[in-house]
Amino acid sequence: MMRFLRNSLTLARKEWISLLRDAFMLGFVVYSFTFSVYSQATGISHELRNAAIAIVDEDRSTLSQRLASSFHRPEFQTPVMIGHAEVDPAMDSARYTFVLDIPPDFQADVLAGRSPAIQLLIDATAMMQAGIGAGTIQGIVEDEVGRFVRREADGSAAPVSLQLRVAYNEALDTKWFTGTMSVVSNVTMLAVLLSGAALIREREHGTLEHLLVMPVRPAEIMAAKVLANGAVILVLTLVALYAVLRGLLSVPLAGSVPLFLAGTALYLFFATALGIFLGTVARSMPQLGLLFILIVLPMNMLSGGFTPLESEPQWLQMAMQLSPSTHFVAFAQAILFRGAGFDVVWPRFAATAGIGALFFAWSLARFRKHLASFR
Amino acid sequence: MTPAPAVSLSGVRHRYGRTVALEDASLDIPAGASVAIIGPDGIGKSTLLGLISTAKKVQQGSVRVLGTDLADRRGRAALQPRIAYMPQGLGRNLYADLSVAENLQFFGRLFGLDAAERRRRIADLLESTGLAPFPDRPAGKLSGGMKQKLGLCCALLHDPDLLILDEPTTGVDPLSRRQFWELIARIRAGRPGMTVLVATSYMDEAERFDRVVMMNAGRLLAHDTPAALKARTGTAELEEAFVALLPEEVRRGHERLVVPPRPPEPADAEPAIEAVGLTRRFGDFTAVSDISFRIGRGEIFGFLGSNGCGKTTTMKMLTGLLPASAGEARLFGRPVDAGDMESRRRVGYMAQAFSLYGELTVRQNLDLHARLFDLDGADARLAALVERFGLPPYLDAVADRLPLGVRQRLSLAVAILHGPELLILDEPTSGVDPVARDQFWRDLIALSRDQGVTIFVSTHFMNEAARCDRVAFMNAGRVIAAGPPDELRRQQQADSLDDAFIGFMRQAEENAQLDTPPTPPLPPGERVGVRGTHSVTVPKILASEPPHPNPLPASRRSFASPAGNTSGACVGGERGPFVSTRRLLAYAWRETLELRRDPVRLTVALLGTVLLMLVFGFGITMDVENLTFAVLDHDRSPESRAYVEQFDGSRSFRATPPAIDARDLALRLQRGEAALTIEIPEGFGRDLRRGRPPEVAVRIDGAMPFRAETIQGYVAGLHQRFIEDAATASGVALPAPAATLEMRYRYNQAFRSLDAMVPSDIGLLLVFIPAILAALGVVREKELGSITNLYVTPVTRLEFLLGKQLPYIALAAFNLLLMVAMAVTLFGVPVKGSLIGLLLGGLVYVVATTALGLLISVFTATQTAAVFGTAIVTMLPATQFSGMLQPVATLEGGAWLFGTLFPTTHFLKVSVGAFTKGLAFPELLPFILATAAFIPVFLALGVAFLPKQER
Repeated sequence: MMRFLRNSLTLARKEWISLLRDAFMLGFVVYSFTFSVYSQATGISHELRNAAIAIVDEDRSTLSQRLASSFHRPEFQTPVMIGHAEVDPAMDSARYTFVLDIPPDFQADVLAGRSPAIQLLIDATAMMQAGIGAGTIQGIVEDEVGRFVRREADGSAAPVSLQLRVAYNEALDTKWFTGTMSVVSNVTMLAVLLSGAALIREREHGTLEHLLVMPVRPAEIMAAKVLANGAVILVLTLVALYAVLRGLLSVPLAGSVPLFLAGTALYLFFATALGIFLGTVARSMPQLGLLFILIVLPMNMLSGGFTPLESEPQWLQMAMQLSPSTHFVAFAQAILFRGAGFDVVWPRFAATAGIGALFFAWSLARFRKHLASFR
Repeated sequence: MTPAPAVSLSGVRHRYGRTVALEDASLDIPAGASVAIIGPDGIGKSTLLGLISTAKKVQQGSVRVLGTDLADRRGRAALQPRIAYMPQGLGRNLYADLSVAENLQFFGRLFGLDAAERRRRIADLLESTGLAPFPDRPAGKLSGGMKQKLGLCCALLHDPDLLILDEPTTGVDPLSRRQFWELIARIRAGRPGMTVLVATSYMDEAERFDRVVMMNAGRLLAHDTPAALKARTGTAELEEAFVALLPEEVRRGHERLVVPPRPPEPADAEPAIEAVGLTRRFGDFTAVSDISFRIGRGEIFGFLGSNGCGKTTTMKMLTGLLPASAGEARLFGRPVDAGDMESRRRVGYMAQAFSLYGELTVRQNLDLHARLFDLDGADARLAALVERFGLPPYLDAVADRLPLGVRQRLSLAVAILHGPELLILDEPTSGVDPVARDQFWRDLIALSRDQGVTIFVSTHFMNEAARCDRVAFMNAGRVIAAGPPDELRRQQQADSLDDAFIGFMRQAEENAQLDTPPTPPLPPGERVGVRGTHSVTVPKILASEPPHPNPLPASRRSFASPAGNTSGACVGGERGPFVSTRRLLAYAWRETLELRRDPVRLTVALLGTVLLMLVFGFGITMDVENLTFAVLDHDRSPESRAYVEQFDGSRSFRATPPAIDARDLALRLQRGEAALTIEIPEGFGRDLRRGRPPEVAVRIDGAMPFRAETIQGYVAGLHQRFIEDAATASGVALPAPAATLEMRYRYNQAFRSLDAMVPSDIGLLLVFIPAILAALGVVREKELGSITNLYVTPVTRLEFLLGKQLPYIALAAFNLLLMVAMAVTLFGVPVKGSLIGLLLGGLVYVVATTALGLLISVFTATQTAAVFGTAIVTMLPATQFSGMLQPVATLEGGAWLFGTLFPTTHFLKVSVGAFTKGLAFPELLPFILATAAFIPVFLALGVAFLPKQER
């Protein structure tokens, strides 16, 4: 046992030196946990921003002009006035996501209390903006028309009032979500990539064979790779959490960071073992890259870190319960957003550890066989 | 009469970054001569030949080949059909997955030979090289000697005037080596005007050439006939002459190596190694067949044979790296057991290639091994080793940057670090210069004689074999002879060990012929000199006079151009105005064959998009449904139940058991068991009836903001509906709003995510996978070395790129059909608009995306970089700037520009337009044309940046 630990640590130290000398890989890893997290968090916004809107103004009244001037940045671009004939071609080529059609005599009808209707055409192929944008436009139109007829929207008149509160992220800041989830998905991606690449590099350079003529066991070689690469990822996760998420993006990490790191460490056993497994299947780095695209990318996308798990078909949700990545995403969200403690997340931890251990054992068996089949 | 030189260099310098590979080289090579360039590895031989062959760009100085200045691009193009170049490395210009015949076909097409001519020449060449029985064997599965013969065939197919061979016999066994040179001699006899230029690190081979150029450290040391060089230095062998011509500081301390005799072994001593009937099979292939030997302690035992004859396999079985299929090996009386940690401590192993950690320093490498061997007091021992192997100046240098000789010394130091009693060394000196090799052997001899270490060593060099106590010759997995070198020589009555080896090889081949009739017939004249007389019969096989009266089949000579022909009138000079379809299709045909034989790439190419389409279709969805909610109803009145029913009845929400108390409700949200919670206060129904507005508290899980925002909208809508229903029920009319907003969701009335996302997914996948595969196609050639064929053959860059692109266009078009079918049947997204427009747009799009892949490949050097680089370069703009998630219309500045200048943006309009927006062909046409505009741009950039010469 002592020997196992000592050999594994010696080999792990070697892995670290190797990684430090591999400027490309090191750069890629650091980039993934810093700049990449930042750019993903600030890049993909689920908020309404800069939406393209056009107005067909058939009324040309004070009210219709007021309406037109009420759409402005940051939510909307300055509305473009277009004619009826331009609507179809413009929407067909996705030039505008929204077209507001103000009918003739709109102002007159409003003042006469005839409750006229404005038509809003929405490009429903722009999934991300269409829904949110429609709601926002409705609010703007109601406010503007209400203000015009000097009749305040009287909320207190409603027979039931609704106290609607968003917990854990009151301002619905998408940076919190995309930033944190990009850390989580990068943990998976890089753990697999680093350990898989470390194995393939050793095989290509013939050093793996060299280790095997020394008093070193396969389990020690694999343990060293898991340990070394897992530790690197764990340290960088910590950096990403504090420096990028809390520091640059001011995401309040709700729960206990040590608890999250403990869970991540458990998960890393699975992720690095997966990397080693793929490393035994792939004959070369490019093949590893292709397998990565076929296996790791889908696993990552379906784990609930990109889109809600419950929107997937039932059978897929069940299948994804077998993947530790799903549990990893679940407990990451629970701890980091909802401030959950161990009492809440322990079943997720148990699932991660259990499935991870099974896979680790299977990977090790495969790794042993792989070494034995060496030419 | 002095004819114009075939090759003329003056003042040529060549550098790679800061490293100078060639220093002021000037040289004239007469036409029709055979010239050997000798010197150890890495001293500029390959650079010199690369320059002459037009593979490398001339940096400084002038190079004239067959009367053409290589600085002239047009001149080079006209010259290429007259040159044949075989780069260094076994089968380096060949395609390993292609069969012998397919390789030849490919080169024939490249040089523009028509089908009938190709057939005739290929048949001739296969016959004369003895490859005729194996036309269907993949080149990668040939032995080293056969690979080189095939390489030669491919080079000779177009009848060159200048034949350039870079180390053609390195790693080839002595018999195949000799056969190879005989083949060259016969070809030269058939074409006396052909100039032959060969680099070699076997100095003994150079004896057979008209002239010898000696090189060291980027400089030409001497250039003369072999006899003159030996006379000048007063030496008997070229290797000694070479050492004598080295500069003083390199040569210092070098003296002739003497092997002291081995002390007699006690008769009853236990052998260090004993192998009995050792056999190893890989599938049907027997790599090592029933070999037995016994090696005494302290003995130096040499192992000789060609690449792939089973030497390495035998060594791996002895170290326990490979289990034996049959038979047994014993080390120090104990059976070899892979799991036996103790016996590993008694053995030191040095693998064929440098197998220490190149990224670690010398010190770190030594330290790592000391720790793994768990050595006590390692420091003193390490210091002594470092001193002994002359490593102190290199201690903190990274191993990869060490000179080859120093690296080999480091490997040896590591191998003996733990004081093993047995050393197994697999070709430890290949590529090392003679001085360093002698130093290495001095160390080995000291280990054996002074410390009694048993040494089991394999080598290609006969002079090294002669230093062993005993040697074993191996061929095709069998030991064909074993014994002390002198005795083996006597058995064959040969002058040298080399001849003895060849003698044994021929014997073995004859025996094999008796067993298995269909072996290749040896060409005429091949049997000359069997048994000892050989070296007398053909002393200088490369001498300008043909040794054989009828060296080649008549048909072969019939198309040989006359000697001294410099007019460029040769076959293969076909050069179309723009693009030669034949060469283009040759590349397309070859790429298809290779792809068909690579299971991983083929799987990704055929099914990658389908799999990812499933994942994206089910995974990337903007629908928010199946939302779980938990209720805490303090009131339990009909009114409160009616309120909750609004949620129960909605398709978007799914109820979970009611909460017990406020704490439970909060916990549900925290655990993620409920996406929202609803708390209805006590007296809800009473207050409602009395017109005192009660307040319902709804909390939404904001972890996923996009989802939370949608839930907010849903909740507000349901709440409003409750109010309206309640008003209707109690007969109260709500005041009419001043104006209403009528929303029309166009194209996708149900606002279903799939209808919007599936067409986009198709666009994303058709840039992602085809671009990666196309990029891999080119970069693979760079990494494997066959890119040289682009440099030295008449194929143009455009033909090369288009030829590579064609198969990937076909595959991507197939993927397009599959995905459209999946979209319609599996995901239920119908094509509402023009199907023709969609398919045409898709075809145009994949031509553009594969061209993009080719463009990226031009800038990447390794396959790894090609995969990851292409993934990043395509994924980022396709997902973020092309309107997939965010309409391009909302982008600004750089993001907008990037999106507009990326083909996916325009194809998405085609795809979404045809599927969801129901556009007809004329409406799609502008988008299709915009997509098409990328094709010429990408291809032109690819051609512009793809070098036609190596730097």
